[in-house]
Amino acid sequence: MARCLTRRAMLGAMMAAPFAASAAQTYALKPESVAPDVWVVRGADEAIAFSNGGAIANCTILAAKGGAILFDCGPSLVYAQALGALAQKLTGGPVLRVLLSHLHPDHAMGAAAFDPAIIAALPETRRELERDGRGFSDGMYRLLADWMRGTNVVLPGAEIKAGPLEIGGRMLEAIALSGHSGGDLAIMDRATGTLIAGDLVFHNRAPATPDADLAAWRRSLDTLDAMDFARLIPGHGPVDATHGPIAQTRDWLTWLEGALADAVARGLDMSEAGDLPIPPRFAGMALARYELQRSVSHFYARLEAAELPRIDN
Amino acid sequence: MAGAAGSGSTGAAHALPKDPLGSPMWTYHAARLLKGAPVVFDPRVRVQVPVIAENQHQFPLTVDARTVPGASRIIVFADLNPLTQAVDFRPLHARPFLGLRIKLDQRTPVRAAVLGGDGVWHVAGVWVDAAGGGCSAPPVSRAKGDWAQHLGEMRGSAWSEGGDLRLRVAMRHPMDTGLVENIPSFHIETLRLRDAAGVDLASMTVEGSVSEDPTFTFLLNPTREGPVKVLARDSEGRDYQGVIGPQSRPHG
Repeated sequence: MARCLTRRAMLGAMMAAPFAASAAQTYALKPESVAPDVWVVRGADEAIAFSNGGAIANCTILAAKGGAILFDCGPSLVYAQALGALAQKLTGGPVLRVLLSHLHPDHAMGAAAFDPAIIAALPETRRELERDGRGFSDGMYRLLADWMRGTNVVLPGAEIKAGPLEIGGRMLEAIALSGHSGGDLAIMDRATGTLIAGDLVFHNRAPATPDADLAAWRRSLDTLDAMDFARLIPGHGPVDATHGPIAQTRDWLTWLEGALADAVARGLDMSEAGDLPIPPRFAGMALARYELQRSVSHFYARLEAAELPRIDN
Repeated sequence: MAGAAGSGSTGAAHALPKDPLGSPMWTYHAARLLKGAPVVFDPRVRVQVPVIAENQHQFPLTVDARTVPGASRIIVFADLNPLTQAVDFRPLHARPFLGLRIKLDQRTPVRAAVLGGDGVWHVAGVWVDAAGGGCSAPPVSRAKGDWAQHLGEMRGSAWSEGGDLRLRVAMRHPMDTGLVENIPSFHIETLRLRDAAGVDLASMTVEGSVSEDPTFTFLLNPTREGPVKVLARDSEGRDYQGVIGPQSRPHG
């Protein structure tokens, strides 16, 4: 992996110079104003693909004194540069802080565009990025090619602790949770009552589970559900004024866990489990089949080891 | 290389049909693996795969050739894998049906070739996009270092499915490809299922491109009620045995 990264980074560097003018992969970022001084740049409700440049996660821009706070920064250097420029235009100042919700590359690889000292994440997220960052980089370069030009793995230089967090006079509450990954950060913006949930909450887009602990995820959803908020910004999918997206995410995870256990108990193999019927109530959920099949890959072998009895003694 | 080998060894008797997947290696592998019989592409052979290869070390597929009359052999292969063939399965007293997981070393066609009662290879397949390195990264148990402690452990169960016996077997084995530095090839070579009357229900040769901790699903027609024996041998000559049954549960 290390060798691949180096080779790709070198290729990226070699290609960037001569083709910089002609390559012209640009992200058209459209901010959606959701509350005073709060904007969301919506990701496509799709899988990471060359056609969307990996821009599938929601990123939030908050105005503060003297600049902007970003919550997540997209998949690539070029994306995050565009996001930073947009934040500057909206808030009149530079990016003061980048908060990373968790390790996944559609949210975190844009960190390449910023000084590591202003990038902050939970300690567990930093550890997971140290473990998986290079592998993610390989995968993202393979899928996104020139969209990833110049993007290196950058680790957060600042640590976030649960509790009140003041940035440029803006009062936030850091909520340290886990379950979608080992470290999942959510933020409550006190001034507007906006809960920025990261990938703990998906909305009308099936939840992804590559690093999930489903029991911990459900406990985190209970924590978020107990909070009062005026609106919720999910990691993927549209902003909502209700607790509906939390309930929907919990519903999917509970269904998924039961359906996979049932499939193993009925003797289905992985590819058969991936074709299980998806309940009609999830019909409006983007990527349901795709994420079910990914989840089969994430959980099935462990379920088989628990369900199938030993036969060799 | 592909063109030369393909045109050289199949001869005029059985010209290969044009590959609907446009694989650069089709003629080479077809001439090598499917020699001696004509080949047709046949949508009746069902190759069930997920839309995404989430894990290139464990790519699941189910081959269902129950609609091909007299099917007596299923070869599963991936054109662009360095170890092209995964299994050669003979359903003796079994349905031409097989679930398994294979490694993918890159984007490749994944195919099943089914030898029908008509003496023709019926072939179906699909391009699968995959990240690199499925065959050239060490298995998880090698990285963890505990492979020897669990070598040969078998799990399994049986379900009644219509008149058939659905049987699932999972065994612990690193399934080393020989393509990882300092780890020689070491894999399950044969697997055989035998019923209570001592009759072989199915047999299979297995290559290193089958995933670590191989897991298979079969549909059997035992000649007698009772337990089914699973007999496996690896490339170092070790024999492994498991017994499933006699009770089975409904496949509901």
